[in-house]
Amino acid sequence: MSELTKLTIAQARDKMAKGEFTAVELTEAHIQAMAAKRNLGAYIVETPDLAREQAKASDLRRQAGQAGALEGIPLGIKDLFCTKNVQTTAASRILEGFKPQYESTVSGKLLDAGSVMLGKLNLDEFAMGSSNMTSYYGKVTNPWKSKADPAKKLVPGGSSGGSAAAVAARIAMGATGTDTGGSIRQPAAFCGITGIKPTYGRCSRWGVVAFASSLDQAGPMARDVRDCAIMLGAMAGHDPKDSTSAPMAVPNFEAALTGDIRGLKVGIPKEYRPDGLSDEIQKVWEQGIEWLKAAGATPVEITLPHTKYALPTYYIVAPAEASSNLARYDGVRFGLRVEGSSLDDMYKKTRAAGFGSEVRRRIMIGTYVLSAGYYDAYYSKAQKVRRLIADDFKKAFETVDVILTPTAPSAAFGMDENTDDPVTMWLNDVFTIPTSLAGLPGLSLPAGLDAAGLPLGLQLIGRPFDEETVFKVAGVMESAAGFTATPEGV
Amino acid sequence: MSLDKAAVRAIAELARIEVRDEELDHLAGELSGILHFVEQLAEVNTDGVPPMSSVADLTLPMRADVVTDGGQFAAVLANAPDGVIEDQGGFFTVPKVVE
Amino acid sequence: MIIQGDTGDWEIVIGLEVHAQVISNAKLFSGAATAFGAEPNDQVSFVDAGFPGMLPVINEKCVEQAVRTGLGLKAQINLTSVFARKNYFYADLPQGYQISQYDMPIVGEGTLLIDLPDGSTRAIGIERLHLEQDAGKSIHDMHPSKSYIDLNRSGVALMEIVSKPDMRSPEEAGAYLTKLRTILRYLGTCDGNMQEGSMRCDANVSVRPVGSTELRTRCEIKNVNSIRFVQQAIEYEARRHIDVYENGGEIKQETRLFDSVKGETRSMRSKEHAHDYRYFPDPDLLPLVVSQDLVDSIKATLPELPDEKKARFMAEYGLNAYDAGVMVAEKEAAEFFEGVAKGRDGKTAANWVMGDFFATMNSDAKYTWTNPPVSAENLGRMIDLIKDGTISTRLAKDVFIFMVESGKDPATIVEEKGLKQVTDTGAIEKAIDEVFAANPDKVAEVKAGKDKLMGWFVGQVMKATQGKANPGMLNELIAKKFKE
Ligand SMILES: [Mg+2]
Ligand SMILES: [Zn+2]
Repeated sequence: MSELTKLTIAQARDKMAKGEFTAVELTEAHIQAMAAKRNLGAYIVETPDLAREQAKASDLRRQAGQAGALEGIPLGIKDLFCTKNVQTTAASRILEGFKPQYESTVSGKLLDAGSVMLGKLNLDEFAMGSSNMTSYYGKVTNPWKSKADPAKKLVPGGSSGGSAAAVAARIAMGATGTDTGGSIRQPAAFCGITGIKPTYGRCSRWGVVAFASSLDQAGPMARDVRDCAIMLGAMAGHDPKDSTSAPMAVPNFEAALTGDIRGLKVGIPKEYRPDGLSDEIQKVWEQGIEWLKAAGATPVEITLPHTKYALPTYYIVAPAEASSNLARYDGVRFGLRVEGSSLDDMYKKTRAAGFGSEVRRRIMIGTYVLSAGYYDAYYSKAQKVRRLIADDFKKAFETVDVILTPTAPSAAFGMDENTDDPVTMWLNDVFTIPTSLAGLPGLSLPAGLDAAGLPLGLQLIGRPFDEETVFKVAGVMESAAGFTATPEGV
Repeated sequence: MSLDKAAVRAIAELARIEVRDEELDHLAGELSGILHFVEQLAEVNTDGVPPMSSVADLTLPMRADVVTDGGQFAAVLANAPDGVIEDQGGFFTVPKVVE
Repeated sequence: MIIQGDTGDWEIVIGLEVHAQVISNAKLFSGAATAFGAEPNDQVSFVDAGFPGMLPVINEKCVEQAVRTGLGLKAQINLTSVFARKNYFYADLPQGYQISQYDMPIVGEGTLLIDLPDGSTRAIGIERLHLEQDAGKSIHDMHPSKSYIDLNRSGVALMEIVSKPDMRSPEEAGAYLTKLRTILRYLGTCDGNMQEGSMRCDANVSVRPVGSTELRTRCEIKNVNSIRFVQQAIEYEARRHIDVYENGGEIKQETRLFDSVKGETRSMRSKEHAHDYRYFPDPDLLPLVVSQDLVDSIKATLPELPDEKKARFMAEYGLNAYDAGVMVAEKEAAEFFEGVAKGRDGKTAANWVMGDFFATMNSDAKYTWTNPPVSAENLGRMIDLIKDGTISTRLAKDVFIFMVESGKDPATIVEEKGLKQVTDTGAIEKAIDEVFAANPDKVAEVKAGKDKLMGWFVGQVMKATQGKANPGMLNELIAKKFKE
């Protein structure tokens, strides 16, 4: 394995600036690595030719003195971002062969910053899942292995499972993810990498296949906090094409990594210790608190009383929006069409064949909770509880600057586990969903290993549009944790 | 709320997803389980709480009335599943609809 | 209107939903053009075609047009309104939902005065006006087994204007549509062209026994494309309801289509599915907030509307209600009239505009308001020439025709054609003398008491002066001559 793929984005950036190697060399190393690790199933489509072309152009730009913030950095793009002339599927059969004639704002900004696209990363179908097992294009395997049972295939988490696996396996220096209820943070935790879901409105949703519009946020997934800060700086920014995009300037996130968190108050929500939370998670969380204390921050116990209701709220709001967002997949203008005897017959056959079972299930739940006679009891009720959940955070942030919680209730689990009952699977997101409902920034970073040698993540939650504090605290924790473990073969 | 087979069939119809009869029992059980799970919200007192549709603390931005898009029928039709440009004059097609 | 059935008298209850296409350059939520008649699918953005990841951004002009229309309908403007998704599947609805407004429309209750044939008016309540996007167009007759879809219209802004169920006859429904179209055109918010589909009407019709106040089951007749057809459809539908009730049947609430060839309504097969639109606030759009300042500034630019104009024409120009109503029905006609009438006698102006001018205007399609047969200025000057005695009303008819033919101003025509009225007493007397000298027998008859022949003399002298003699003077001088 090439030394080049072991670098972080910041290291590669600085070395290329010094002329130690070129974008073409860096890209080629990643193309080789990507091909060697196809068994992970991380990519749906590899675009090596495009990547080589872009790397060449990048080197020319650098020679011309026009290097961008991510000049020559090879990235993977979650296959939920529309990429011009490159197949975009959302991991669904219903979009097989779809080649958008437009580029999403976020992937376009990354290209504008000089990055190179290695390919389109696998995910749960339409970003619905926490295991990356619902993709029509195959499951993604977590590059980490349990010491207790090395033969067991583990899930990478989801929905940005391909992104997390690719970054962990060093077959992309960084990747885009999207997070609707934890889809950046939970796979980042499962794969031992760092990922941040920024504040809702920080990154444009334009050109990202919609799952639940009021929750969806794009964000970076990378090897460390600094790389996430660099990537987010390139991805974020006001987009007049997205009416929910915040008209705010993008701070220099990298500059926020001062290492100084003295005097900061860190909220520790008491509701995030549900019965049956594993001792190991509990331990790493307490460890995290100690690190922050040692760095001069003050832990403060806080209460987020409606935490328990976040999951049921999410599983009304997200499917409701999804049921409407996914109505456009009807076999008429793009994607799969299964012919039928009538228009309705075509719709029904196309959508039955095109959507997998989890997507169909969520569309049906969403359809039901919006339907006549049930709207008030389900949808409207959930929207009210959502406000209570958001208000809990608002109140907490009157006294604290950042909140620390575990990212997920367990380490990565086996592909054969948790699959019978959808609700059990959903419990994976119990710590990430409240943040999504409140639209707040949430970052997951690796904080340690469990007894089986699998990474465990901690989550930092910030005030709206205060990613800088989140990055600053994350940087301190990262140094304290000194997490250097890598999956086997890296 | 427990859903019976007829209810599941009606929802599937509304969502335009074909469901085979033999799937109905299983789906009814699954969907009922989910509904049962989310119904715990009933215990939350939400009197006087306004529904929250968006966390974005903004009002709707507007654009000027200027033509900036369109004039690209080939791109619009490029992914059409029923090959449309040459033989059918730039239309999408669907099975014939009788009004 | 009362319909006599076999069991008694019935009255019709009508409410109208009008979809009026907003005049704007670009669509409601995308930058594609709205112009009529483009090649299929060429005025389509990826937003309009419902492509993955596409998002709506609202066009401020469309919002202003809705506010403007609301003000024109004397309606409540809601400073905060909300866009909702109306979910249903149809071939020409690319997103699988229509972005519309549901429980919080931009415009609330208002009023529209309809003008009835006897010159009276009646107030019809406006329930609401909301903004929404149009669907595309399905074409069913181009292929034996397929329908074709053109999305050019998809996403064009519509104002859905919903009346209260206040109309009681097809005539009132027609008067409502006519008046609404007039107001929209005055405001410049919709061109009101029903043939091109920029104004479409759905009629909700039910009947009830006279004296009853219940609202019985209504049927909605969709997308009728002329005022005449709306009236026919209502009439047919009301009689159908009465027949069903009188035969012991029940009306089921449904959507129906009007077949203008057969003059019938029929159930719409494509709408057989149970309706459950699952409205919810569109999460891609935030609440639409318009400021009171904006509303006020739009208010300041409202033109004088037909009702006010009509009242002013009656007060200022002495027109009766009927004439004033005719004159304000089209904004351009009203402006033309005013161009003619300003500073002149209103009734004379109205007679000329409604008479010779409208007749000529309607005689040839080449005449339009931008290319009228005669300019308001020239018509006004012609009336001045009548007033100052240069020409008689009779001569004016010829002058008018010459103006239409040549486009010249009336004074020039009078000059060139020598149409100046003869007011010189000597010249007229000379002509009278000649006629008298040539017809001594008839002079004798008149003098013997046959007064009816007086008119013949007038005619003869007029002929001898090529119609140019001042008719008043002529009459006077002939009478004087006989008394001699
Ligand atoms: Mg309607
Ligand atoms: Zn409508």
